[in-house]
Amino acid sequence: MSAAQTLLLAGDPVFADGVDGAVLLIVAVKVLVAFAVLMVSVLFMVWFERKLVSDMQARIGPNRAGPWGLLQTLADGIKLFFKEDLLPDQADRRVFRLAPYLSLVPAFLTFAIVPVGGVIHIGERSTLLQVADPPVGILFLLAMSSVAVYGVMLAGWASGSKYPLLGSVRASAQMVSYEAALGLSVAAVVLVSGSLLTSEIVAEQSGGLPFKWNMFRLGFVPFAIFCLAATAELNRPPFDLVEAEQELVGGFHTEYSSLRFALFFLAEFMSTVVMSAIIVTLFLGGPAGPAPDGGILGAIVPIGWFLAKMFVFLFTYVWLRATLPRFRYDQLMDLGWKRLIPLSLFWLLVLAGMRVDRKYGFAVFAGGALLGLLLIRALQIGRATTEGEVGHAPAFEETR
Amino acid sequence: MTAVLLAAATKVDAGVFVAAAAIILSGAIGVVISRNPVHAALCLVLTLFGVAILFVAQEAHFLAAVQVIVYAGAIVVLFLFVIMLIGVDRSEDIRQEPLRGQRPIAVLLGIIALAEILLLSRGTDWATGAPSLGGPADGDLPNVEKLAESIFTRYLFAFEITSVLLVIAVVGAVTLVRKPPPEETADDDEPPVAPVTAVAATAEGNTP
Repeated sequence: MSAAQTLLLAGDPVFADGVDGAVLLIVAVKVLVAFAVLMVSVLFMVWFERKLVSDMQARIGPNRAGPWGLLQTLADGIKLFFKEDLLPDQADRRVFRLAPYLSLVPAFLTFAIVPVGGVIHIGERSTLLQVADPPVGILFLLAMSSVAVYGVMLAGWASGSKYPLLGSVRASAQMVSYEAALGLSVAAVVLVSGSLLTSEIVAEQSGGLPFKWNMFRLGFVPFAIFCLAATAELNRPPFDLVEAEQELVGGFHTEYSSLRFALFFLAEFMSTVVMSAIIVTLFLGGPAGPAPDGGILGAIVPIGWFLAKMFVFLFTYVWLRATLPRFRYDQLMDLGWKRLIPLSLFWLLVLAGMRVDRKYGFAVFAGGALLGLLLIRALQIGRATTEGEVGHAPAFEETR
Repeated sequence: MTAVLLAAATKVDAGVFVAAAAIILSGAIGVVISRNPVHAALCLVLTLFGVAILFVAQEAHFLAAVQVIVYAGAIVVLFLFVIMLIGVDRSEDIRQEPLRGQRPIAVLLGIIALAEILLLSRGTDWATGAPSLGGPADGDLPNVEKLAESIFTRYLFAFEITSVLLVIAVVGAVTLVRKPPPEETADDDEPPVAPVTAVAATAEGNTP
């Protein structure tokens, strides 16, 4: 059996009897549907964010294009499409053109591993309601989010002007830092689920809800860390230093206009939607929820659950944007490196202890808490004695 | 040569191998001939992706993912970060050799390495391009479990030594970064540049 065949065989039952025309058709339809759903959800999300923020700020918001202003995003897209596409004089042309796609494509691809529903049956065939179920599973998310860094980083550099460059330097440092915390909380999920496959992570959480969801099973800490790190990874408020308007004009996309700007805009909202889907998958059981067995309802109701859970996070992202002020850069780095990463490492150890035996888990917890307190005390003493002598890492000093 | 390389593989495997090899080689050539360090770093990313594809073709899925996450996602990003921050992101003149006599030696060593690889692939039966010829990652269990088993049993010592090495490197880096109080920094070749001016210089390099 060749490598490519095993790759296809892993997971999805649609490949069980080999690949023929019908299978190809099913896969193509899944890809197209995922693409369309994602685009429509981005259209909806942009409108939703503008409308909700204006509600929270006691404004009316978009209300002209279509009913309740629903077509506003479409109108904006068409406007951007017909605007002039500017290429700055100092820009690195090839990289400048490449960068928007490096932002957009990872967001699309990440959605491929999200199980939207359970297994559905089409005639004699059955297939998972997810575009792909690769053996690397959830690691694909981390790989794609590390590729997404390039989009922001290169956009800022290739613009050949200073504010975008500052934005992209901030972005790369921020995204790389929070990827560590993101990865460690994913590791906690993988540790308890015992599998990298998203389909198995979801299956593991189904039944006996909501207490079998990883959010509760892992003791809430990895969930909280993942949500924080994901917000920073998305460059959404309150972690949107990458495009801090007051300091950096527009951040990394200052020099972009027309369709290329639209691509960045699309990528940002698409990542928000996809990251909400990933949070639901990892921590809230994906499509798990009370549903009738079999039939069309049995296929549709889990999708409804999935969308409902996702909606909670989409709402929260908008809510955060309307409520919280932006972090200062050193606060952001402190939170990432000095709080989230040590906490997630500690929690990973506790969970590993719990896997062996409950008493080991509690022992690790107690020991870790004791060491943590000692460390905090030591830091206090250290600060008191070296007051004002030792500066912060020089690389980040300029952004204060 | 190609026939030998692809003898034991199916058509799909051969296609994947050829495509990945083309990606790797074009990336590698790009790294060498790019005048702009940022372009060179991007070509390096291309090469790393090609290698990741080859890992997938050899059913080392975990290794492929780690390759992308660690090398493409962290290490090259740090390269780029440094290139942007210290402002060496302008085209460099590569006609002048930075080290005397480096290029002839590099060509010679390259030819020797190529000859060695070709010789080895003739003499043994494992370099055929076919996937997973009895490697430790072969079998039914998922990649991660097999990798964990070999790391934490047979290769435990090597694994621990490597992690000690990494810790030493981290501690060393932190020690180097921590500047002593201002009056002791005179032993550098250059006067210590304040970070603000460093970034300003980077930005001005792009907008003269």
